[in-house]
Amino acid sequence: MIIPRVPVQHRRLLPDRRLSGPTPWVIAILMMLTLLAAAAGVGLARSANAIGSAIAGRVTVQIVTANPVTRAQQAASLRRAAAAQPFVRSARSVEQEELRATLGQWFGSEGSGEGGDDPVLKSLPLPALVDIDFVGEDRSGHIRDLRALVAREAPGARVIPHAEWLGPVARLIRSLAWIAGGMVVLMTLASAAVVIMTARAALATHYPTIEMLHLIGATDRQITRLFQRRIAIDTAYGIALGSAVAAAILLLIGWQWSGVTAGLATTASLGPAGWVLLLALPLLAIALAALTARQTLLAALKKIL
Amino acid sequence: MTDAAPVRPGGAMVEFDGVGLRYGPDAEVLSDISFNLQPGSFYFLTGASGAGKTSLLKMLYLAQRPSRGIVRLFGEDLVAMPRHRLPGFRRRIGVVFQDFRLIPHLSARDNIALPLRVAGVGEEDLSGPVGEMLSWIGLGDRADARPATLSGGEQQRVAIARAVIARPQLLVADEPTGNVDPDMAMRLLGLFEALNRLGTTVVVATHDIHLISRIENAQMMRLEKGRLSDPTGALRYPPANRA
Repeated sequence: MIIPRVPVQHRRLLPDRRLSGPTPWVIAILMMLTLLAAAAGVGLARSANAIGSAIAGRVTVQIVTANPVTRAQQAASLRRAAAAQPFVRSARSVEQEELRATLGQWFGSEGSGEGGDDPVLKSLPLPALVDIDFVGEDRSGHIRDLRALVAREAPGARVIPHAEWLGPVARLIRSLAWIAGGMVVLMTLASAAVVIMTARAALATHYPTIEMLHLIGATDRQITRLFQRRIAIDTAYGIALGSAVAAAILLLIGWQWSGVTAGLATTASLGPAGWVLLLALPLLAIALAALTARQTLLAALKKIL
Repeated sequence: MTDAAPVRPGGAMVEFDGVGLRYGPDAEVLSDISFNLQPGSFYFLTGASGAGKTSLLKMLYLAQRPSRGIVRLFGEDLVAMPRHRLPGFRRRIGVVFQDFRLIPHLSARDNIALPLRVAGVGEEDLSGPVGEMLSWIGLGDRADARPATLSGGEQQRVAIARAVIARPQLLVADEPTGNVDPDMAMRLLGLFEALNRLGTTVVVATHDIHLISRIENAQMMRLEKGRLSDPTGALRYPPANRA
């Protein structure tokens, strides 16, 4: 049992005041930071996975033939030919309006559609783009086959695997997720260290009582349950407080995040498994604290005859 | 829980054979201690300060293992006994400390009830024996008092009540009259004598030679510089009994 049941009369063997003084507050701060780091880690990991799966099987063919008519013909021909290949799931020509609208965001052009009234944007020679999604896992083989196809249908066109330019971003995000995970582990260890110090301090403070209990025949288990219960309750208070603050912060961030719709930000979310992990962490922390206290107390009591 | 076997008929309650005790690398504070304590007997342990009385008592109430030799308690070898079996033996021993060692945040009633609670006696079965014990030591009206509000003699009586409430087979008292006036000393000794008559083996460490003469049939052990100069049974005290 995480918090052992101890008869009321036995609980009085320890003074009523809290054992540990600042312990609940330190545990609260560590728990809050642990939850925030865990949330960041889960969000980043999901974002990295989303980006990774989105880019892994996609390439864009960029056709830069100078003659716009020929360029459009090559793009249409390539799209049809690619769509007929067994290794291609889908092939889509990117419309010129879509390209201008995307570029318009960077040029600061007003309106939508074809870049509004921006004459510079309208005068730009834009390449024809064909997005192609592969099927299956053999992506290097697919790219080799696609290059051959492109060489026939649109000579001179560039095949750009998305993994080439978004891969480093995904790797960076994945690294940040690992760092967040490492911080969770470190803060868990720090919490355990706080519990160990609290247990040892409690033993030192109450040594005369413990010695007397030993001499009248109390077992290590009886003594340990007394202290384990008190330490578990103290840490549970801290964990509850830290979790409440972390939940408030996460809800605030989530509310603000919901207004962000651009680019990679949309891939970051906790997902059901992430929320389950965040809900489970405080319970795991209480269990860890109780277990740590128990082992510390038993080890310390073994040094007394 | 008691996993200690009862003392076999005719067997010694405590047997020390060639026992030595040292703390760390220092010289032995007790050397070549050998004696037997018989069930139902009354013993005084005397000796000058520093002679090793408290160290000997510590081994008797299982707060210390010997550095060498054999210690048998209730018929079992305690030197090699695994630690987890010790609580069962400790519950058969009552200890009165010179400095009382009452738990300061507990009332007199709760201090006295401690051994019974540790032994797992239910609350419904506690109030009777604890109330009787409080009356026996004359503190029935001070049951809820904390130790700090009790006089030295009252604290000593609470400590004695705690030591005897579980009806121990062996009672060990370290200078139990050192902090009380002569009248109170005699009353406390009367409590020990009454308990001894009920079958408890009593060992009292004391400087007070007059105290020794007050208990009939008591036997004396004397420690001098860590050695037992007068093992149990070799000398009886008071001298009047020697005729």
